[in-house]
Amino acid sequence: MRQHVKRFVVTVGIAACCITVSTALAAELMSLRGSVGIEEEIAAPPIAPDVNDDQRRMRNYPEQPPVIPHQIRDYQITLNANKCLSCHSRQFTAQSQAPMISITHFMDREGQVLASVTPRRYFCTQCHVTQADIEPLIDNEFQDIDSLIGAERGAAEEGAQ
Amino acid sequence: MRRLVRKIWRWVEPFWLILSRPSIHFSLGFLTIGGFVAGILFWGAFNTALELTNTEKFCTGCHEMHANVYQELQRTIHFSNRSGVRATCPDCHVPHNWTDKIARKMQASKEVWGKIFGTISTREKFLDHRLELAKHEWARLKANDSLECRNCHSTVAMDFTRQTQRAADIHARYLIPKERTCIDCHKGIAHELPDMTGIEPGWVAPPEVRDQRSSLDGARDTLQRFLADAATR
Repeated sequence: MRQHVKRFVVTVGIAACCITVSTALAAELMSLRGSVGIEEEIAAPPIAPDVNDDQRRMRNYPEQPPVIPHQIRDYQITLNANKCLSCHSRQFTAQSQAPMISITHFMDREGQVLASVTPRRYFCTQCHVTQADIEPLIDNEFQDIDSLIGAERGAAEEGAQ
Repeated sequence: MRRLVRKIWRWVEPFWLILSRPSIHFSLGFLTIGGFVAGILFWGAFNTALELTNTEKFCTGCHEMHANVYQELQRTIHFSNRSGVRATCPDCHVPHNWTDKIARKMQASKEVWGKIFGTISTREKFLDHRLELAKHEWARLKANDSLECRNCHSTVAMDFTRQTQRAADIHARYLIPKERTCIDCHKGIAHELPDMTGIEPGWVAPPEVRDQRSSLDGARDTLQRFLADAATR
């Protein structure tokens, strides 16, 4: 009889622990929807307007495709026409004063430089995107290489002292 | 020649004899007032028919227009936008001025021919003709200084401070001195573009001045250079 009671108490104790842990985990694993039930529908936030100030933004790492600092609504990028290239292609940059597409856009995958933009780099918005002034859904802890090196150097100097 | 004239006269003579004689059965009042009323009815009916053929519903009644260009229009800012002002087919493709409108309507008889013989009756045929059709519209808008654009977008009402710096600069450099017109730069704003190989964007200077600094100048710089030139002479 005592044994039974003991077993019961242990089982209840484990179950209680499991429930607390799982609820704690559930609280941590909150989806981007927030704490809204699966059966409820939440109103979508309004679409933010695109940044349109023509100011170049810093790249976070050298290979990053630069972001587009202007609106591109209704810009056609099709087999027939590419509106972006009507300013950013080599032959039109003198008139438009827009930055030219870089040399990598002329290279095919063997590294052979072509006369004009290579088909694999033709669809600009695959890599380049417009920006909107909104709060990110998830905090981003990205640090660029300079701040990493700076932090390391600072730590090394402290160690030396 | 004289024989031909005589032959025509033989046909026309009985009608002329009726027309040139005073009326026997109808009073002068009936003829004048009746003629006036009939004129109003005819004119009203004519204009009603003209307006009926000048609607988006009429234009997209043909599958050629509905399946191709109308579908493309629906994705653009001229169809759906924040203020809800919509441009319909005739707003851009038919002149609003009466005489120009009639001239365009007469030209459109060729399109009836095209409809009957199925010139663009399939998607493939339409795509084959797209460059040619687009070039017609570009030429027409270039020739009338983008009149149909300007029916809504007037230069006078354009607030450059509400545009981006880039747009304001280009408008000041090309639009205000009337060096270029709307369609030179704003092609394909309501429909998909044809193959644009070899068709340069409107803001490109002619090849002979393309490399010179002056090709980037605005009207003010041009004027200053002219005055400096005149002073040294």
